[in-house]
Amino acid sequence: MIEIQNLTKRYGSFTALDNLNLSIDKGTVFGFVGPNGAGKSTTFSILATLLRPSEGTAYINGYDVTKDPKQVRKSIGYVPDFFGVYDQFKVHEYLDFYGSSYGIPSAERKAIIPQLLELVNLEEKIDAYVDLLSRGMKQRLCLARALIHDPDILILDEPASGLDPRARVEMRGILRELKKMDKTIIISSHILPELSELCDELGVIEHGQLIAHGNVNQIENQLQAQKVLHVTVKGNVEQAISFFENDTNVLEVEHDEEDNQLLQLSYQGTEDEQVILLQQAIEHGLPILTLSQKQTNLEDIFMEITKGGE
Amino acid sequence: MSRLQSVLINPVLNKEIKLRFRSFKNFLGILLFLAICGAVCLAFIYIETQFSHDGFTASDSRNLFILLSMGQLGLIVFITPGLTAGAISGEREKQTLNIMLTTQQSSTSIILSKLFSSILFLILMLVASLPLYSIVFLYGGVSPKTVFVMFGFLLLTMLTIGSIGIMFSTILKRTIISTITTYGVMLFLLVGTLIIFFIVLRLILGFQGTTGPGQNNILPYFVLILNPAVSMFSSLQSNMFVYEFQQLGINWPLWFGYTIAYMVITLLSLLIAIKKLRPNMKAKSKNTKKG
Repeated sequence: MIEIQNLTKRYGSFTALDNLNLSIDKGTVFGFVGPNGAGKSTTFSILATLLRPSEGTAYINGYDVTKDPKQVRKSIGYVPDFFGVYDQFKVHEYLDFYGSSYGIPSAERKAIIPQLLELVNLEEKIDAYVDLLSRGMKQRLCLARALIHDPDILILDEPASGLDPRARVEMRGILRELKKMDKTIIISSHILPELSELCDELGVIEHGQLIAHGNVNQIENQLQAQKVLHVTVKGNVEQAISFFENDTNVLEVEHDEEDNQLLQLSYQGTEDEQVILLQQAIEHGLPILTLSQKQTNLEDIFMEITKGGE
Repeated sequence: MSRLQSVLINPVLNKEIKLRFRSFKNFLGILLFLAICGAVCLAFIYIETQFSHDGFTASDSRNLFILLSMGQLGLIVFITPGLTAGAISGEREKQTLNIMLTTQQSSTSIILSKLFSSILFLILMLVASLPLYSIVFLYGGVSPKTVFVMFGFLLLTMLTIGSIGIMFSTILKRTIISTITTYGVMLFLLVGTLIIFFIVLRLILGFQGTTGPGQNNILPYFVLILNPAVSMFSSLQSNMFVYEFQQLGINWPLWFGYTIAYMVITLLSLLIAIKKLRPNMKAKSKNTKKG
């Protein structure tokens, strides 16, 4: 459905996108995550036929974006990160204009527009002027606009940025509906939790390179291969540090300077090995008060994966 | 729908007309323009009838026609860049261009629609001013053919300036720069060409106006045909620069060269705009074949 091959974009000596390879199947909701300036919007612009790649190419529905841009445009609905609207258009006129730009006959447009507005919860605004809509409403209208020609693929660049929490929830609800409609959605965000519950697959991009790719569980497991254990001891801190440092599964022991009793272990062992470690610590006579595993979420994963570039 | 129809009557043109004609300030513009033109006509007639002993003659009527026509040309030269130089860059600044470029609209269709929508507004202004010409017909001195020729001349000028504006609007990212550049080109066409013409003419004919080496030198002619005011005036008053061109051995009327030159400029400007609107997606890739 979407296949990106060796995609590279350079601006002079600056490489915005560095040999990106990616394959996204039909019906997948793919989250493209990365800090600002990582190359997400560059990738999307190339997919939307708005930017010429320096090297490589991408295929959308089998069409090469560099050779068949017209066919690619038919297959995609694109919502850019920043967009404007024609102030003097009413909502239905706005959609009608884009419908006609895709060659949809007038009668068909008249039937589609109310359905699209219902999908994005804007049916009551059909006669409102576009510039009077809130940012969240404009974002939803732009999504409806991207759907007017019933594309197989939706390319959504930061669709939730600048929205208040309520508008974000509404946007997520709409995207869930689109997922049910078997649309392939490629969506970017610099905030990972925003995407985690929605996406089947995630790709983490930094400095133009894809540094992690997989489904949400796979990426979570990657992090859990190196968990963080919190150990509090009642005295004998030096002895405890020495004991844990001797365990081969403990990669690093950090002593909290503010809380003298707290140790933080970077641990790579299994759950069974963790049980044995605790037993050995008690047998060793360490006065352990608590041992707990630090709860992690996808945001921590994102911070962990991307910290090398900071 | 034929291909020509789909290029000329298309969503972008519909949108442009709808947005442009919905705006109150555009109608206010037409109102002011007609009021000024009307006032100029009335003032002209008043002066001629009050201060001339032979009243308002056919010759005065012709002068009024030339005055009105030159006024219309001035209007076109001043307004067209403003209407067209922001056509594409304005969409880019409003962040609506990228969305438009991802639709099925062809680059040709978008560029031509932008041009026609801007020009349609100006044509409306010209047509709205036509009743003023009835004053000229009332007193005689001008044939309907001359009026049609003048109208065609204004239309071509409008098309060319509009195309130059659209071209700069496409290749320059910002409206302000595109507008300044287009007005700069207009200044060159109106004043620069005239200065170059006189310099070249003097260099060729010498300060004494002697003939000889300057014979059949067509450079001054090519410079002057770029000037819309001179070309238009010479088509209305055919004795303009006749002496100079006789010395140079040129017999073609200015309007002829003007028509050819402006059609070529229009075509080239539009081709550049169409070519540059969307990026050339062809990459220098060695691996673009789907495996």
